[in-house]
Amino acid sequence: MARAASTRAKIGWTALAWGIAFLIFFPILWTILTSFKTEAEAIAAPPSYLFFDWTTENYGVVQDRSNYMRFLWNSVIIAGGSTILGILVAVPAAWAMAFQPTPRTKDVLLWMLSTKMLPAVGVLYPIYLICIQLGVLDNRAALVFILMLINLPIIVWMLYTYFREIPGEILEASRMDGATLKDEIFYVLTPMAIPGIASTLLLNFILAWNEAFWTLNLTSVDAAPLTAFIASYSSPEGLFFAKLSAASTMAIAPILILGWFSQKQLVRGLTFGAVK
Amino acid sequence: MGRIVLKDVRKAFGDVEVIPPLNLEINEGEFVVFVGPSGCGKSTLLRLIAGLEDVSGGAIEIDGQDMTDVPPAKRSLAMVFQSYALYPHMSVRKNIAFPMRMAGMDQAEQDKRIAHAANILNLTDYLDRRPGQLSGGQRQRVAIGRAIVREPAAFLFDEPLSNLDAALRHGMRVEIGELHKDLATTMIYVTHDQVEAMTMADKIVVLRAGHIEQVGSPLELYRNPRNLFVAGFIGSPTMNLFEGAAAQEHDARTIGVRPEHLAPSKTEGLWKGRVGLSEHLGSDTFLHIHDTGLTDTITVRAGGEVDLHHGDTVYLTPEADKIHRFDESGLRIA
Repeated sequence: MARAASTRAKIGWTALAWGIAFLIFFPILWTILTSFKTEAEAIAAPPSYLFFDWTTENYGVVQDRSNYMRFLWNSVIIAGGSTILGILVAVPAAWAMAFQPTPRTKDVLLWMLSTKMLPAVGVLYPIYLICIQLGVLDNRAALVFILMLINLPIIVWMLYTYFREIPGEILEASRMDGATLKDEIFYVLTPMAIPGIASTLLLNFILAWNEAFWTLNLTSVDAAPLTAFIASYSSPEGLFFAKLSAASTMAIAPILILGWFSQKQLVRGLTFGAVK
Repeated sequence: MGRIVLKDVRKAFGDVEVIPPLNLEINEGEFVVFVGPSGCGKSTLLRLIAGLEDVSGGAIEIDGQDMTDVPPAKRSLAMVFQSYALYPHMSVRKNIAFPMRMAGMDQAEQDKRIAHAANILNLTDYLDRRPGQLSGGQRQRVAIGRAIVREPAAFLFDEPLSNLDAALRHGMRVEIGELHKDLATTMIYVTHDQVEAMTMADKIVVLRAGHIEQVGSPLELYRNPRNLFVAGFIGSPTMNLFEGAAAQEHDARTIGVRPEHLAPSKTEGLWKGRVGLSEHLGSDTFLHIHDTGLTDTITVRAGGEVDLHHGDTVYLTPEADKIHRFDESGLRIA
């Protein structure tokens, strides 16, 4: 009896999990489906789900109208650059907070996190003006730097959590063994924290890839990443849902594929510390 | 090589002084055990010697050189940690090689020393494994191997056996003891286990609340404990302590008699009591005796088999020259 009930419960939970997963994935699925429709079918009511005339025409139009590769390259540079720069800054910071804490460490961490509570638009003006002053509007390097700063609190927090799990005695052992601070971080701490660093890298790359507020406001042509590429299809000559969907699909495809391949790492990274 | 002198060494964390000024000399080649209850400062003292903690005052000399402000790696000391503290991402070989690699030693010499250490510690077949694939005892041997290859002036052990099960602990105790005899290098060993202290040490340092209560050979501490704390801490089972009339007869505030210095008898003796529990080990018999009017429970250790059981009346007589006397402040009366 008990076994039968638990099997039923298992089936129930599984169905529920798949249901929720489907709900979450549905908008993406719908976008992908729409990208293969004609403009007329895209806005048809009631909508056609799978049985329509599949066409790749939208992709051709989008490719003809704008240089997808340039946007893609900008996205890679901005997301990748800000992530790597962020890790380089955050590893020593997280090391200091995890292994040499002072009475103020907790406050510093909280303060860093509190910067995420500020609406980004609140600092748009000053940052925009600074960019104009420095002449770095629509500049990839500037965006790399700004996105790095924006995501730094999260990177430091994540790395701090991972580092805290590493026993201090191992670092002390390396100190006894003659490791300098550089050796300690390079040969002992970092290799041990690789899983944590990898999932931090990945998550931050995704965050930076999807970041739209700053990339849209601070770029126009030269530094415009895929977010701007999508946005360019949402106006001005009216809404073309099918083409917009095609552009969106092209923009999210790389990150979707990356996420698919690294999902194990991501899940482990996000649940790390919760279960030992 | 390996003479360590502590001069007025003290340590405070904020306002809390965990080790008041302390003096200690550790001679070349000695096996010294720091023993005491948890929180007595024994591990802190070891970490001060290692350089993992900074002293708040005083000086640490190693082989005549002032090492007080020298970083850990430059003190020519090697430490074995309670948790082994192996590098989990490196093979056993790389773990053992790490200190030599940090010192920039040439590869041939490294290989020679690794082979030597692996041979002594029975690790030759495991050199290419990761620590995660080893048993607790093997991991501890790797940690010792990592210490040996540095050829340090002294080894520091911080409760190295407390993560091992009882059988393994005994085996490792013997191995570390033999290693000390073979290498003849100074070893400082921290433990809360007085049996480890008694069996391994040339010299025991008994600590309480950062103070040294007594320093001496195991038998000195056993025979002539300087005060009540040491009397109660050293020896297993612990010494029986009595106050009141029995003590006054000996002109003392407290007297102590070790369980093995009480002779039980069914017929006659100085103190009368009732057996609460008798443990028959064959080689020894342990009796827990109540209702003596002296103290709650008296423990007696009799050699061989003694035919006394729960509820029996028993008479106890202490060996006259084995009675320890202590005054009001707990100090031994000579």
